[in-house]
Amino acid sequence: MTTEQLLQYLLSGITIGSIYAITAIGYNIIYNATGIINFAQGEFLMIGAMTAISLSAFMPLPLAIVCAIVITALVGALIEIIFIRPMKKPSVLQMIIVTIGLSILLREAALHIWDEKVRALPFFTGSEVSSLSLFGAHVSPQVIWVLAISALMVVLLNLFFKYSLTGKSIRACSADRASAKLCGIPVQRMITLSFMLSAAIGAVGGCILSPITQTQYDCGTSLAIKGFATAVLGGLGNSTAAVTAGLLLGLLETFSIIVLPLAYKDAVSIALLLIILFVRPSGLFGNADTGRLKEF
Amino acid sequence: MRLFALLMAAMLAGTLPLSAQTKTLKIGALFAVTGSASFLGAPEAKTAEMFVEQINAKGGINGVKLQLIVKDSKGSPEAAISFAKQLIEEEKVFAIIGPSTTGETMAIKNLCEGAKVLLISCAAGETIVNPLAKYVFKTPQKDSQAAQWIFNTMKTLGIKKVGVVCSNTGFGMGGKAQLEKLAPENGIEIALCETYDKEATDLTGVLTKIKAANVQAVINWSIEPAQSIVAKNMKQLTFNVPLFQSHGFGNIRYVEAAGAAAEGILFPCGRLLVADALAADHPQKAVLSSYKKDYEAKYKEAASTFGGHAYDAILILSKAIEKGGADKEKAREAIEGLKNLPGTGGVFSFSAEDHNGLALDAFEMLTVKNGKFILYNAKK
Repeated sequence: MTTEQLLQYLLSGITIGSIYAITAIGYNIIYNATGIINFAQGEFLMIGAMTAISLSAFMPLPLAIVCAIVITALVGALIEIIFIRPMKKPSVLQMIIVTIGLSILLREAALHIWDEKVRALPFFTGSEVSSLSLFGAHVSPQVIWVLAISALMVVLLNLFFKYSLTGKSIRACSADRASAKLCGIPVQRMITLSFMLSAAIGAVGGCILSPITQTQYDCGTSLAIKGFATAVLGGLGNSTAAVTAGLLLGLLETFSIIVLPLAYKDAVSIALLLIILFVRPSGLFGNADTGRLKEF
Repeated sequence: MRLFALLMAAMLAGTLPLSAQTKTLKIGALFAVTGSASFLGAPEAKTAEMFVEQINAKGGINGVKLQLIVKDSKGSPEAAISFAKQLIEEEKVFAIIGPSTTGETMAIKNLCEGAKVLLISCAAGETIVNPLAKYVFKTPQKDSQAAQWIFNTMKTLGIKKVGVVCSNTGFGMGGKAQLEKLAPENGIEIALCETYDKEATDLTGVLTKIKAANVQAVINWSIEPAQSIVAKNMKQLTFNVPLFQSHGFGNIRYVEAAGAAAEGILFPCGRLLVADALAADHPQKAVLSSYKKDYEAKYKEAASTFGGHAYDAILILSKAIEKGGADKEKAREAIEGLKNLPGTGGVFSFSAEDHNGLALDAFEMLTVKNGKFILYNAKK
């Protein structure tokens, strides 16, 4: 195999990996604040992308994306206020069932608001046919956008959770809700905020991925499954780990294509996931003490 | 008591005249209105609703009105089975049109055969009518014919070595089987044949593998949005060989989704998409123009060959009811006796052995130019 081909597989793996990574990041925020997995995370991607596509007919693309992010964040807040907040002392299992229900609800709502057709945002730079050449291998410029924006998001999220008072408060809510309340942290508001943040990040992901993956009302589900696997693989709650795990999974799947038929791609990634969870139940980069997977 | 009498009177007044004058036949329609095959199922359901409305507005078929019961199978064979059972056992339908996909049709083929309910499928797979089932028909052109058209075009272009990608659905696997069967006798070598998940969102990996195999063309066989993704990914990899698609590409939305990457895609297709370019005396001209005009006026979207398949299914059914009346066995024989019936997919001539009724000439080779479907002229 030539170096160009090897590089080409590498780029292809990074493309797929970045799709997984960006979906996985969203899971971590709500997990960090509440300790639950929001199974409607994939739907946030879909709503963000669909809203941006509709709005882009009336306004320039960057503005449409910003508006879509704001709208999706509001949807996230509404969901938390209407469906999550009224539950008194919800168990993890209850929360999971509620979020699965929400994901079905959002999907059906999207089917009625839009329709069953596939749409896509225009490529941010260039078009469907443009291609960047890197040492003889080729890649769509959109992949560079995805990588750059995901990297930026991860850096900002890390800074936010580590150094800002709000970020620290959100983490405190997750660590011990009662103590956080006693310290004067508005726990309810922090949880709402975490849903908004998670929805907004989902919307960003949906928008930057849409030119590559295309968007329809039910595209959230398949993205969410791989995204969830990635989040678990990396270790829940850790955004940097999610990106690393996503890229790892993408690369592994792509390099498996060299030797195996494409049809075995998912088997390879699921096998890896199972092995890692057997050996390290808290994920690749998760902390065994704080890895709260046992709750499930 | 008086109220009760009034109610009874009202009910009788409402039901009696209808049942006395007309008979209504229930027709089940199983389409993938949503889900990954919605590019097929949505226009099919809309077309069926429109056509049945038109038939009923004209007073039905020899006074028999049709009642269409549409079920959304979402492209899932499991859902197709349970809806088919419901339609047959509870609704006691006269016939079922659809499903949209080959996988779903194969899932209910034996069910309909066993219950002696006419099934007119709108899916393309050859296996639907080969081996033959007495009560099962289909309207789209066969995938073996599509594969033959692709190979014929390749021969005129001097293409000898190709790579194939197809989706892991009944349609994709059926196409793969036909391509592999027909390639040797056409002198074409399939260097690589790969299947991808029907929900695939990026295919650069497998296309890199195919590019490395030094093929002269790529054939993609699927009905999913991946048809657009393959085209985009090939351009992004600067993999500039001709891309052939199956007749599953016959919806302009796929071209829109692929944008500039769709230019030059070649695929065999029925004549609906190029109806305007047909000569006025072409046998299909009248039916194609009227269907296209009605559909586009009613639904404000471009007509697709898939909607056409549903149109043909109801057309064939209505001819069968016209001849055989409301008797399933007579209607079935009537379909087998239909000859030279122009539909949107081609000119149908059924027989006891041929439950598709279309020949190789039902196809044309089309290509995409400036975002539109045009006839491809191989001689140029």
